[in-house]
Amino acid sequence: MDLDALYQEIILDHYKNPHHAGLRDPFEAEVHHVNPTCGDEVTLRVHVSDGVVQDVSYDALGCSISQASASVMTDLVIGKPVAEAMGIHETFLALMQGRGQVEPDEEVLEDGIAFAGVARFPARVKCALLSWMAWKDATAQAVGDDITTKETSNG
Amino acid sequence: MDGLLPDLELIRKDFPILQRTLAGGHPLVYLDSANTSQKPQVVIDTMVDHLERHNANVARAMHQLGAESSEAFEAARDKVASFIKAPSRDEVVFTKNASEALNLVANTLAWKGPLQVGEGDEVVITEMEHHSNIVPWQLLTERTGATLRWFGLTDDGHLDTSNIDDMITERTKVVSLTWVSNMLGTVNPVAEIARRAHEVGAIVVVDASQAAPQLPVDVVASGADLLAFTGHKVVGPTGIGVLWGKREVLDQLPPFLGGGEMIETVTMARSTYAGIPHKFEAGTPPIVEAVGLGAAVDYLSHLGMENVHAHEQAITAYALEGLATVPGLTVLGPLDATQRGGAVAFELEGVHPHDVAQVLDSRGIAVRAGHHCAKPAHARFGVQSSTRASSYLYTTPAEIDALVEGLEYARSYFKLA
Repeated sequence: MDLDALYQEIILDHYKNPHHAGLRDPFEAEVHHVNPTCGDEVTLRVHVSDGVVQDVSYDALGCSISQASASVMTDLVIGKPVAEAMGIHETFLALMQGRGQVEPDEEVLEDGIAFAGVARFPARVKCALLSWMAWKDATAQAVGDDITTKETSNG
Repeated sequence: MDGLLPDLELIRKDFPILQRTLAGGHPLVYLDSANTSQKPQVVIDTMVDHLERHNANVARAMHQLGAESSEAFEAARDKVASFIKAPSRDEVVFTKNASEALNLVANTLAWKGPLQVGEGDEVVITEMEHHSNIVPWQLLTERTGATLRWFGLTDDGHLDTSNIDDMITERTKVVSLTWVSNMLGTVNPVAEIARRAHEVGAIVVVDASQAAPQLPVDVVASGADLLAFTGHKVVGPTGIGVLWGKREVLDQLPPFLGGGEMIETVTMARSTYAGIPHKFEAGTPPIVEAVGLGAAVDYLSHLGMENVHAHEQAITAYALEGLATVPGLTVLGPLDATQRGGAVAFELEGVHPHDVAQVLDSRGIAVRAGHHCAKPAHARFGVQSSTRASSYLYTTPAEIDALVEGLEYARSYFKLA
């Protein structure tokens, strides 16, 4: 098995120096996700305003793949409109579930293409998806709250 | 090296899977036996032979195959009884696995009967249990209003029994603990704890999942009232486990699952139940799995559990020595091989257990990474997850060398060396 296909330099770089790590204020939603089979966990906060992902902050415990994935994910979604960020999430999910058959789109996924090799290691796909799933969950909650707030202020 | 099984190379030939090579042409180095053990040819052949020549349901079929199948199934019970020195074959109940055996006990204790656990009663377990010996007791105490209490652990990975007289009191109904920890490797003083439990009239449940594969088991000497283990860790198949219990205890527990073969008679008004062990064996049992388990414990008895134990201790001592040479590596649990079993969990600073396991796997070395179904024990030592190497009767010193080299390679791969 080719270890280098899994552990691309980009992944190891993000693992050693994760971007946007740590929990920050302000935030509209905070979630805690775990991978029950291995114990990896992430606490993740999302700050959304004006329909844009303003910040994603997190505290993650886990392997190089799950840590690097959280770092890459924050690079990709921070500053993007929620709908566009959700689209990036879909693209990453499709890559991870593609059993190594999906050609990654560098335009959309940038450093995320380094995870293409992970899709060939079924046991590690969940590691790569942990923070993405947490982000989607938190963002859905934050957007829900956002709408509620707007409705309340309008009413 | 002293203590190794004689004819180790011949013994290895009994296990066909050990001849396998993996991706990249690497020979298999199987160090995940605490997870599940590999199977000798005799177990595989016995199961195939049963399916090819003797297959029929047990105790229900009035024909020659039915008689042969029943005989093979019940012979397996005799073999297991002899393997654990049970005073009576009727005290050996076949279950699906150790988890089901423990759940059988924890469930039936909730129901009306002389041993029923209720409000104000206490159940005592330990912080080093496998989730299988935690969750059933959490369910029991939540359902009945009883209180769950935990023996703590010392910093060197032993059970902290300094407060035993406060932990086990006249309120204690059940004390349930593992004989050998699947994470720390610790061998617990089961008989000593059982003595105190019996003073206050509590019953003692022992999880022998890790003990039965590597220690000679004498259920009476152990002090247990009930003892559980699983087939697949004692070179047997999956799908078959064992609950042993003292006759007077099993007799006092109500039935667990209702169904075929566990009854004496059934009318529309009510049913009466079979005696032990059949009272606890509703439905068609895992027949060929039981037959395979019989062959497995015969294989172990032929090697001699004293010899298997000596082999494990020699290999574990060698592994502890080798692991101590890896920079940044910390073993969880006792460092003296004479006080522990063959499962050695460790942390490698700077490399997550998943990544350790992945790098080792790329070299054909199979270990386990994660929490090993022992999250409270990990939390006790402030560890989120660990890597675990676990040897067995077929493990060679050369395989330990491969592990140590693999760990050095993992460090260099992640640029720590």
